[in-house]
Amino acid sequence: MDQTFLAIVFGPCDKCSKNKPLRPVSVKSEQRSYCSLCVEMMATEGLHENETLASLKSEAESLKGKLEEERAKLHDVELHQVAERVEALGQFVMKTRRTLKGHGNKVLCMDWCKDKRRIVSSSQDGKVIVWDSFTTNKEHAVTMPCTWVMACAYAPSGCAIACGGLDNKCSVYPLTFEKNENMAAKKKSVAMHTNYLSACSFTNSDMQILTASGDGTCALWDVESGQLLQSFHGHGADVLCLDLAPSETGNTFVSGGCDKKAMVWDMRSGQCVQSFETHDSDINSVRYYPSGDAFASGSDDATCRLYDLRADREVAIYSKESIIFGASSVDFSLSGRLLFAGYNDYTINVWDVLKGSRVSILFGHENRVSTLRVSPDGTAFCSGSWDHTLRVSAGRLI
Amino acid sequence: MAQDMTEKELLKMELDQLKKEVKNERQMVSKTGKEIKEYIESMAGEDPLLKGVPEDKNPFKEKGGCTIS
Repeated sequence: MDQTFLAIVFGPCDKCSKNKPLRPVSVKSEQRSYCSLCVEMMATEGLHENETLASLKSEAESLKGKLEEERAKLHDVELHQVAERVEALGQFVMKTRRTLKGHGNKVLCMDWCKDKRRIVSSSQDGKVIVWDSFTTNKEHAVTMPCTWVMACAYAPSGCAIACGGLDNKCSVYPLTFEKNENMAAKKKSVAMHTNYLSACSFTNSDMQILTASGDGTCALWDVESGQLLQSFHGHGADVLCLDLAPSETGNTFVSGGCDKKAMVWDMRSGQCVQSFETHDSDINSVRYYPSGDAFASGSDDATCRLYDLRADREVAIYSKESIIFGASSVDFSLSGRLLFAGYNDYTINVWDVLKGSRVSILFGHENRVSTLRVSPDGTAFCSGSWDHTLRVSAGRLI
Repeated sequence: MAQDMTEKELLKMELDQLKKEVKNERQMVSKTGKEIKEYIESMAGEDPLLKGVPEDKNPFKEKGGCTIS
């Protein structure tokens, strides 16, 4: 008699370890042996997995709807309506007062020193330069071991700068006034992320640094020890920008990311306290309104928006049909009446925060404006561009 | 890290966040917007980019010529 038997292997199941008759199963192109009970359970789990994902998505959608409903209840009026009787602004004349030349490639980031005169800037070519904006002299320069130094910041004391980018780190360099200063030798690595550093800022002292990264997180670090003090998880994609709340308002900061979300964080608990998702694309820049009760954002969707933290909603959109390129960086004038925004179409638009209208447009850069900050005393603003230069500009009503 | 999370983990994170936020306290825009407007009005007089700065007090005034002797 000729009989062909299917050889049944008896042994420990690869999943439940019980000794049972086993069936060969291919899992991700690897051969496994499972008992029939486990095979059945996994088939149901697979179904369950898809159901879970779908039900999570619909739960998220319905919660977002509920949140919108709650927010809408407080939306009794538009900001520009509140400002109806405020005097309109007249004509603005903006003028470039200084041009800082010296970077060999795109300027990616800049920050003012509290002395209202010095500026630190960083570039794609790996260089970080400290300038005296009054004289345009370069006071310090260091070459980073990586290109694309996307973030730089001045320490509150004026005695150090922080920077980083494709090296995934944030490093601090003390500034000295030695004749043959070797900045690179005094470098201190503080932050370590698992993807590029997109933004950094000292807190209100030289002792702590806040960072944002392409790895989707923000983090707070102790400069002296390099220790991670707090990490902030919540963004679903790269975080591109952050800004600390004015010190009077307490320990919060806002971040913006490629997930189109702006998130407000409690620095002590690491929790996100509020989030906003009204932009249609990456948020490249976020900046607190001077009183700390609101913040502005600039996005690749070519709009800038104002979010009121106490009303918990977007209260203004700064846009025009003719503006189709992304806004890369935003900052307020001292009173908060003006919002300066740099765009990828090489221009800087100045918006009336209350009325929502554009009051001025500044030309001058020969490539994208990538970074923009108003000086600490509000007398001027500095813009950095892919045209390798930085410009310090001021203006007045005529 | 967002880059290491599965779609399911990202969704769960978002859901937990939304559940918290629905409970936040909020104020009327008519009230908060008015306060923004009032802040601006109180500070506008000191805003150099709004009011301009007299040329002689402007730290960024045109650089004068210099003589080298």
